[in-house]
Amino acid sequence: MANKLIVAPAPHVQSSQSTQSIMRDVLAALLPALAVSTWVFGWSVLLLTLLSVACCVLFEFLIQRFLVKGPCTVGNLSAAVTGVLLAFNLPVSIPWWIVAVGAFVAIAVAKMTFGGLGKNPFNPALVGRVFLLVAYPVQMTSFATDAFTGATPLAAMKYSPLFAGANLPDLFIGNVAGSMGEVAAAALLLGFLYLLWRRVITWHIPVVIFVSMALFAFFAALGRGWTGAALWEFPLFHLLAGGAMLGAIFMATDYSTSPMTVRGGVIYAAGIGALTMCIRLWGAYPEGMSFAILIMNAAVPLINKYVKPRRFGVRQRRAQG
Amino acid sequence: MKTFPKGGIHPSDCKLSRGRAIEALPLPEVVTIPLAQHIGAPAKAKVAKGDKVLAGQLIAEAAGFMSADIHASVSGTVTAVDMAVNGQGLRQAAITIRREGDEWAAGIDLADTVVKECTLAPQEIVAKIKAAGVVGMGGATFPTHVKLAVPPSRKAERLVVNGVECEPYLTSDHRVMLERSEELLVGVTILMRALGVRNASIGIENNKPDAIARLARLAAEYDGVEVVPLKVKYPQGGEKQLIAALTGREVPPPPALPIDVGVVVCNASTAVAVYEAVQKNKPLVERVVTITGKGLKEPKNLLVRLGTPVSALIEAAGGLPDGDCKIVNGGPMMGRAMSNPEAPVTKGCSGITILGGADAERRTSSNCIKCARCVAACPMGLEPYLLSKMAQKRGWEALEAGDIASCIECGCCSASCPAYLPLLDWIRLGKQTVMGILRARAAANTPKK
Repeated sequence: MANKLIVAPAPHVQSSQSTQSIMRDVLAALLPALAVSTWVFGWSVLLLTLLSVACCVLFEFLIQRFLVKGPCTVGNLSAAVTGVLLAFNLPVSIPWWIVAVGAFVAIAVAKMTFGGLGKNPFNPALVGRVFLLVAYPVQMTSFATDAFTGATPLAAMKYSPLFAGANLPDLFIGNVAGSMGEVAAAALLLGFLYLLWRRVITWHIPVVIFVSMALFAFFAALGRGWTGAALWEFPLFHLLAGGAMLGAIFMATDYSTSPMTVRGGVIYAAGIGALTMCIRLWGAYPEGMSFAILIMNAAVPLINKYVKPRRFGVRQRRAQG
Repeated sequence: MKTFPKGGIHPSDCKLSRGRAIEALPLPEVVTIPLAQHIGAPAKAKVAKGDKVLAGQLIAEAAGFMSADIHASVSGTVTAVDMAVNGQGLRQAAITIRREGDEWAAGIDLADTVVKECTLAPQEIVAKIKAAGVVGMGGATFPTHVKLAVPPSRKAERLVVNGVECEPYLTSDHRVMLERSEELLVGVTILMRALGVRNASIGIENNKPDAIARLARLAAEYDGVEVVPLKVKYPQGGEKQLIAALTGREVPPPPALPIDVGVVVCNASTAVAVYEAVQKNKPLVERVVTITGKGLKEPKNLLVRLGTPVSALIEAAGGLPDGDCKIVNGGPMMGRAMSNPEAPVTKGCSGITILGGADAERRTSSNCIKCARCVAACPMGLEPYLLSKMAQKRGWEALEAGDIASCIECGCCSASCPAYLPLLDWIRLGKQTVMGILRARAAANTPKK
């Protein structure tokens, strides 16, 4: 016979999505925020992001080639995603070599040590960011640029006893001081819609984080005896300020560090929201998103163990024994 | 619109042959009729080499309760009662007949007129269905007369007719529902009579609006028969999924059966076979088979005598496309790839799908990225990523605890994996082992008499 017959077990259909296409969609979803950030902070945003991506891809390539001695994996673009996210978590005034250190920690320590994509328990970009925050606190928290002087809205809030009524429209479009990728709430939400449309993520984790944060802030405002507009402005401020959007949409939804079921995802997301607010309101740092996500990352194996999907034909949990 | 409660995926439907009316394939010169065309014990041959047989004549008898009779699909001379190579390349007992003319056994009504009246008692109906060798034609090939023998401890309340055809590409049930609507409805009333039930629901996915409209119009004349359009979602044609979609009841995990929720399920083409068996005395010797695929010149729906080599269907559709390809017995989700195109069409073969080019080959798999698509896609609420991993690690206890026995092997997990992991391959392996352990345990726990 001229042509060969191929045999394999069913199914004979494979997904139209691939790891690479998913990562490409995430990169595309990050573009609006990159554009806004470049507009707000200048061209150095693009340079630093490119540097971060280049370092992440290079470290993964080198480790895979010379230490793991496995097939080249940078083609799946996950290292590039980590690179962009890491850059988005840094202030624009950061020295270039700190970016490289962060990329090394993210890829070499947080990702490849555990076996690469899909096996890391903690979000690599966040591990990189938190390492830098602890190692280089001064450089990591100096947000003064040509465009802005002084503190980020969250820091200003932290150290002022009153809710002064922050400029919410400015927070929404990104016209504030902050890390490179976190400032543009509108652009990040646009990315969220794109990810939903492309079916890369579902709405559950980001929306539950927002709801959990907003409720927490609402009751905190009540507890402080505030009334009137502050009761809704305060929760809205917390959703728009700092890394809430970036974290909820792009970091908390990282596949390998979030639970496998929808119900598990809801628990995880509610925990992130609550922890973020605890740190923001009572912790030593003005921003708590990264810590909250990393802490809940640690809870994911436990959540996966105890939160199982409902089996078909079983209405309630079977009695033990 | 109704559908099943958990999981499911939306593969592109590729129903290339949906507009093609059923045509009869010219009779083959030789038919090879396997003795195992059903679940259960293979039938016992009743003819020997050299015997003359007529179409519709009994040539092999059911061997035991869970088995089915087999009839000659053409008239001619038996040339072998021996082993023949099946579609998967395995040797299997079969009767080979060289065709001579087309003469039918006495008593079989071959006229097209629809006979609606049926006054037989339930056990007479079941006896006729058994004598005609009718088995489930959706692919599972469960003997129909066994399904109708409801155990005394259970009570059938509703008949569910499966006209879903959720497999991509396949259109044979669709064409049967359109072109043999009256026969189907009479078959449904006969099955209702045999079961003593007043209600029957025919579930059809709404990508077949013409079949829904036609059957709904005609069903008005039949008491208790309703046609229910269903939202398109694979694997809606799975028995448990279909019952849940139509009745809201979920069949509990194995060993529970549909009858445990008062339902008996029957495929649409099977209902037509039941009609022919009871009203026309015609055994199951032919069926409608879709021959389809993107590379084929003419995808078709063919009326084929059982035992016809699959290669004859491929020829009728214009031959295999150039290049390497996959011949799938069934649809692309659950069908089995064939290594031998000379293997025969059997009772459970609803279609032959030819996949060429990139569709025929598996892409290289990479790391699991824990995207949870397999968990979301599993219609049984299992965790395929975990089951697959545990099967690789031979963790049989963990697999049992993970309810691997509930897996219906629909393939949603593998088909939704962006890392192209062969999840179901591993799960199937684990399931086989665990089922073996479960059977051994049950045998050990049964008190010896």
